[in-house]
Amino acid sequence: MLSQHFPILLVVVPLIASPVIVMARSGFLGWVASLAASAAAFAMSVALLVATTESGAISYAIGSWPPPWGIEYRVDAANALVALLVSAIALVVLPYARRSVSAEIGQERLYLFYALLMLCLAGLLGIAVTGDAFNLFVFLEISSLATYVLIALGRNRRALTAAYQYLILGTIGATLYVTGVGLLYLATGTLNLADMAARLADVPDKRPLVAGLAFITAGVGLKLALFPLHAWLPNAYAYAPSAVSAFLAATATKVAVYVLMRVYFSVYGVDAVFRDMPLGPVLAVLSVAALFIASAAAIVQKDLKRLLAYSSVAQIGYITLGISLGSAPGLTAAVAHLVNHGITKGALFLLAGAIALRAGGTGFDRVAGLGRTMPLTAFAFVLGGLSLIGVPGTAGFASKWALVAAAIGAGHWWIAAAVLLSSLLAVAYVWKFVECAYFRGPPGDAPDPGEAPADMTIPAFALTAAVIAAGLFAWPVLEASARAAEALMGAPR
Amino acid sequence: MTNAQFAAAALAIPFAGVVLMVLARRRPDVREAMAFGAAAMLFFVVVSLAPAILAGERPSVTLFEMLPGLPVVLTVEPLGWLFAAVASTLWVVSTPYSIGYLRGNGEANQTRFYVCFAGSIGAAIGIAFAGNLLTLFLFYEALTLVTYPLVTHHGTDEARRAGRVYLGVLIGTSVVFLLPAIIATWVFAGTLDFRPGGILGGRIGPTAAGVLLALFMFGIGKAALMPFHRWLPAAMVAPTPVSALLHAVAVVKAGVFCVVKVVVYVFGVDTLAALGGAAWLTLVAGFTLIAASAVALRADNLKRRLAYSTVSQLAYVTMAVSLLTPAAVMGAALHLVAHAFGKITLFFAAGSIYTAAHKTEVSQLDGIGRMMPWTMGAFAVGAFSMIGLPPLAGFVSKWYILTGAMTAESWTAVGVLAASTLLNAAYFVPIVYRAFFVAPPAGDVHGREAPLAMVMAQVVTAAACVALFLFPGLAIALAKSLAGG
Repeated sequence: MLSQHFPILLVVVPLIASPVIVMARSGFLGWVASLAASAAAFAMSVALLVATTESGAISYAIGSWPPPWGIEYRVDAANALVALLVSAIALVVLPYARRSVSAEIGQERLYLFYALLMLCLAGLLGIAVTGDAFNLFVFLEISSLATYVLIALGRNRRALTAAYQYLILGTIGATLYVTGVGLLYLATGTLNLADMAARLADVPDKRPLVAGLAFITAGVGLKLALFPLHAWLPNAYAYAPSAVSAFLAATATKVAVYVLMRVYFSVYGVDAVFRDMPLGPVLAVLSVAALFIASAAAIVQKDLKRLLAYSSVAQIGYITLGISLGSAPGLTAAVAHLVNHGITKGALFLLAGAIALRAGGTGFDRVAGLGRTMPLTAFAFVLGGLSLIGVPGTAGFASKWALVAAAIGAGHWWIAAAVLLSSLLAVAYVWKFVECAYFRGPPGDAPDPGEAPADMTIPAFALTAAVIAAGLFAWPVLEASARAAEALMGAPR
Repeated sequence: MTNAQFAAAALAIPFAGVVLMVLARRRPDVREAMAFGAAAMLFFVVVSLAPAILAGERPSVTLFEMLPGLPVVLTVEPLGWLFAAVASTLWVVSTPYSIGYLRGNGEANQTRFYVCFAGSIGAAIGIAFAGNLLTLFLFYEALTLVTYPLVTHHGTDEARRAGRVYLGVLIGTSVVFLLPAIIATWVFAGTLDFRPGGILGGRIGPTAAGVLLALFMFGIGKAALMPFHRWLPAAMVAPTPVSALLHAVAVVKAGVFCVVKVVVYVFGVDTLAALGGAAWLTLVAGFTLIAASAVALRADNLKRRLAYSTVSQLAYVTMAVSLLTPAAVMGAALHLVAHAFGKITLFFAAGSIYTAAHKTEVSQLDGIGRMMPWTMGAFAVGAFSMIGLPPLAGFVSKWYILTGAMTAESWTAVGVLAASTLLNAAYFVPIVYRAFFVAPPAGDVHGREAPLAMVMAQVVTAAACVALFLFPGLAIALAKSLAGG
C-alpha cells in the first residue's frame, strides 16, 4: 500500500520537485509543481497524524534495512504534528507567494525561488520524520543552505549581509550539533535515536554524554534562536522576501525546537536532563531573559518585520520555558505554543508582506494610516497581534493558559508571573502598530494604496482566521500536544 | 424556544446587530433603526427570562468547548439577569440619546461608534450570563478591547493618551492578576463553574485564599478599586453616550458584577467568612470610597466629577460584599442596579448640557437650570439618588448595605457610609444649587433645551430612579435569592 511509504514520500516528493523545477526553468511551472508537492505533503501529514493518533508510532526502514543498522524514519504524535504544521504553512504560503515573490524578486530568478523553497521544505520535513541523528544533520544542512539563499533573494541589499550572518552562525550551530552527535556515537555506537536512548543507561562514563548534550543544546539553540543565540534572526526575517519570512518564521525555528525536545525527552530522558544536569534552571533563565529583553527590543523597532522578528525571539522563549519545566504539562504547553505561535507569526508575516506590497515598505512611516487605506489587513494584523499578547479567543491564549497552569501546578509561581508580566510588553509592541495604523494619517506617497490582491489576502486572512479558530476551539491543538508530549516522553520502544 | 435558547439569543442579538449595521453603513437611517431594533429585541428577550429566574430556574447552555474540559457556557442566575436587564434596558433608552448626540455634535465615524457600542453590550451580556470563569474572562477582555475604539473615538492625541491608560490598566490588571487567579482556581478546584456556595471550599488554606482574593479583586480592574482606578477618569475623553452607558453602566457594572460573582460563587460567602480573608478588602474599598469622593469634590470638569463619583460608588459594592452578610450582599446587588440608573441620568444630563450649551465645567453652570429645566431636573433626581435620599433607588440599596454593615458589626463600614453620604451631598448639591438658584452670567446666549430625544432619555431614567424606590419587589426578590435568603 502506498500509505505505508508516506514517511519517506513526505520528504521525497518536495525533494524531487526541486530539481524538476530547476530543469523546467519556468516560474509558473515551478509554482504549480511546488503547490502540488506541498499539497501532497500536507495530505500525507494529515494521514500520518491520524494514523499515529489511532495506532501509535510508525517505523519506516529505509531500503528495508532494519533499524538500528539502516536509517529509520519514525513518525509519532509529536513529529507528525510538526510535519503537519510545516506542510500546512507551505500550502498557505504558496498561493500567496506567486504575486508577492514576483513583485519582490526578478522574474528570471523566480524558478530558483520555488526550487529552493521545495528544498527547504524537504529538509524541514526530513528533520521532523527522521529517527537517525546523522540523517537529521543532513536534513538540517539541506534546509539551512536553502534558507541562506532564500533570505539572500530579498530585494534590499542588506538581505545579503543578513544571509551571510545567518550562514556563519547557522554553520557554527550545525557543527556544534554534529560534534555532539559524534560524542554520542562514540559513547553508544549507534546513530538511531531510539537505539541511542536505550543504550545511554549502560554507558559507564557519563562525561561524554554531558559534553554531547552541551554541544547539541548550543548547536540547536543557535538554530532555534534561543536567547542569547538569536543574533541572526532579526535581520534574516526582516530582509528576506515576505513569503520567505512567513514560511521561516512559522516553521524553521519550530522544527529546531522540536529537535531539542526530541533530544531532551526521548533520547536523554527527563531525569538525565533535568535531575542529573541543571538544564531546567539554565533554560528557564535564558527563556525569561528572552521574554523580557526581546519583547522590549521589539517595542523600539522602527520596522514592522523587525518588530515581528524580535517578537519571535520572545515567543520562542515561551516554548523553551515550557520545555524547562521538564514535566508533561510543561512540554504539552511548549508543543501547543510551537503550533499556535507558528500559525500566528505566519499570518502576521503574510499580512506584513501585503503591507509591503501596497504601502511600499514595512517601516512604521509606511504603516501610518493603514487603518484607512488597508482596513481589512490592518484589522487582521490587530487580531494576530492579540494572539501574540494572549487575549482569550486567540491561539496565543490557549498555549499561554497551558503554560501558566503547568507552572502554577508545579509551584513555579515566578515563572507564571514572568509569563504574564512579559505579556504586557507584547501589548506595548502590538499597540505600537495600532496607534500608528489608526491614529496617524497615511504618508500620501504609497505606490498603490488599497488592499492587496486577493491571491495574497485570502491566504493571509485564512491563516488569521485559523488563529481565531485555534483560540476559540483550542482543545484539538492542546489534546494533540498532550499526545505529542506523551510520545516524546514515553520510553521509545 | 426554551429559556436556554433565550439566553443564547440574548448573546447573539447584539452581535447580529453589529453585522447588520456594518452592512447598512452607507444608509444612516437604516443603520440607526438596526441599532434601536437590536436594543429592543435584546430587552424583550432578557425580560422574557424573568419569570423562569424568579421561579428558581437556572437556564444553561454550553456553546462550545474551548480548552479541554473547559467549555464556553451561558448560565442565567439572578445577579446575571439583573445586570443583563439593567444593561439592555439602558441600551434601549440610550440609543435615541446617542443618535441625538452624534447628530447634534456632527461626530465622525458614526458606524464604527454604533458597531463598537453594540459589541460592548454583547460582551456585557456575555459577562452577565457567563457560566464559568473562562467564559467570564473571554467576554471581560472582549469588553475592554471593543470599548477602546469608543474611548479613542475622536482620534486626537489626548484620546490616544487616554486610550493608553485605559488599555494599560484594564489589560494590565486582568493579565497580571486576574488570569493567574483564574488559572490557580482551575488548578486548585479542578473546575471553574459558578456554583452557589463556591468551589474553593476545603481546597485552599487561609493564606492562599487571601492571596487569591487579592489577585481577583485587584485583577478585576473594571471595578476601579484604588490604585487601579485611573482608567475611568481617562475614559471620559469619549463621547458622552459612551461615558453614560459604558462607563457608568456596562463596563463598570461588569467590574463590580465580577467582584460579587467571584465572592459569592467562586469563594462562597460562608467559606470566605470562615477563612477570614476579606477584612482588608473592607478597608481598601472604604479608602477608595472616601478618597474618590474627595477627588470628586475638587473636580471642576463635570464628567471628571461624575467619573470619580463612579469610582466611589463602585467601592460601595465591593465594600458591601466584603462584609459577607446576606443583607450586605443584597445591598451590593441592589446598588449595582440603583447606581446604574442614577449615574446614567447624570451623564445624560452632562451630555445634554454639552450639546445644547457647549459647557463642560461645573463653574460654568450658573443658572443653567432656568434654560434647561428638564435636563437639570433629571440631574437633580440622579444626584439625590446618589446621595441616597428617599424616594429614590439609591436609598433602597444603601439601606441594605447599612443593615449588612451593622449586622457584621463593621463600624468602619458604617462610618465610611456615613461620611460618604455627606461627601456625596457636598459634591452634588452645589451643582444643583448653581443651576437653579444662581443667576446666569450676563450675556449668556444659550437659552434652549437639548434635542427632544436626549431630554426624553434622561427623563425616563430619572423616572426609573423613582420607580425602583416605589416598586423594588422584583430586584429585592432576585437579590434575596442571590444572598441565599
